[in-house]
Amino acid sequence: MSEPRAPRSRLHEVLLSGRFAVTAELETTDGGDPAEVHEAAAPLVGAVDAVNCTDNSAAHPHISQVAAAKLLLDRGIEPIAQFTCRDRNRLALQADLLGAHALGVRNVLLMTGDDVTAGDHPEAKPIYDLDSIHLLRIARIMRDEGTYVSGRKLTSPPTFLIGAVENPFAPPVDYRPLRLAKKIEAGAEFVQTQICFNVERMREFMRQAVDSGAAEKAWILAGVYVPRSAAAARYLRDWVPGIDVPEETVRRLEGVPRDRQEEEGIRLAVEICREIREMPGVAGLHLMSIKVGRAVVRVVDELGLHPRPVTSTAARAPDGGTSS
Amino acid sequence: MADRLDRRPPQTAPEPRGFGRALLVLEKEIKEEIYDCRMCGQCILHSTGMSCPMRCPKSLRNGPCGGVMIDGSCEVLPDRPCVWVQAWEGSRRLPVWRSHMEHLNKPVDWRLQETSSWENLLSRRDRHAPAAWAAYEQRSAR
Repeated sequence: MSEPRAPRSRLHEVLLSGRFAVTAELETTDGGDPAEVHEAAAPLVGAVDAVNCTDNSAAHPHISQVAAAKLLLDRGIEPIAQFTCRDRNRLALQADLLGAHALGVRNVLLMTGDDVTAGDHPEAKPIYDLDSIHLLRIARIMRDEGTYVSGRKLTSPPTFLIGAVENPFAPPVDYRPLRLAKKIEAGAEFVQTQICFNVERMREFMRQAVDSGAAEKAWILAGVYVPRSAAAARYLRDWVPGIDVPEETVRRLEGVPRDRQEEEGIRLAVEICREIREMPGVAGLHLMSIKVGRAVVRVVDELGLHPRPVTSTAARAPDGGTSS
Repeated sequence: MADRLDRRPPQTAPEPRGFGRALLVLEKEIKEEIYDCRMCGQCILHSTGMSCPMRCPKSLRNGPCGGVMIDGSCEVLPDRPCVWVQAWEGSRRLPVWRSHMEHLNKPVDWRLQETSSWENLLSRRDRHAPAAWAAYEQRSAR
């Protein structure tokens, strides 16, 4: 982040300018009709800086994240394409990274991925040829050295902004800041964290990230979930590994009637976001929910983060397409 | 048995003879007994607090995934502690190699499965990395 440089993406431009960034996760879809992706993304147009397209999230197959990213680009939304090590070996990952870039994707987020046993195809063969740190370094090699990891030349290297994930809340918590540093060393330029309900833990993680210099070397976007019901919070607590949902969070949502739980969830998310915004070293927020659009846009509104900055770097498909 | 989940790939290396064979048998006997070693042939126990990373269902070589349960158990095998939680705790107890937990370990060479990491250490075979990976590592070490 030291020397000024041309932004690699719209998200990169926002981060370089020092403005507080907001990203959100696209609702997964399970059909072959592009209208479904466009519909899921519609509320997010202009509401956030970039939108994550997940890669078979929670080990359930959904529409390809690269295809979804291209469909977002067609609507002028900047995608962040996620890639996991679960379903592809190093050949397929490098091929798909190039393919995504050729379609106009300029942000990638590279991670290990939930195990197949967490999904609806637990009998599948997991791949894990690489781990997330290997994948980060390989993406960096492709971009900066212009070769595959084998050393074979690329005719036109990708220009991605490279992102990683980290979970400040999962054991061993004392090792998490070191792992963050390792991901940055491997090549990560921005980091999105796992969902934060436990604000105190997040504060401690950020304090360590600032002390170690990690927060200077990569932009850290804190993950926040907008629970639309008590059941949603319970689901995260009971079924999603590595998410720390304090008992008081669940109780607070259960304490209001069903028809007002969404309001309460938005209020809760806004409170968490406000605390996070005050923490030194946090560069932005990454918002997640079920039926993402409406609730996420409400949170961005309540935080006074609308409108999003206008950038000179526009999200667009390479052919010019139908993007705005 | 769920707690013996074993996802190691098939052996493709030829069976060694003579000295190599003796080394392989010895290493396997000792390390399987002590570390529940999975014979990847490129041992990095020194940078994992002596906890074999190939026991991780995701074969992670550079630290824990984000799915570790809040109580420190594995997301895939909830009855077992996360291999990397053990690695972190083990590394804190080691008199040496503590900082090796920060090593950026290269991708696995799956061809070495069921070969002796001791022989590969002696022959320097375990230093081999994909060309661009090795070049990048060399450049950043300077």
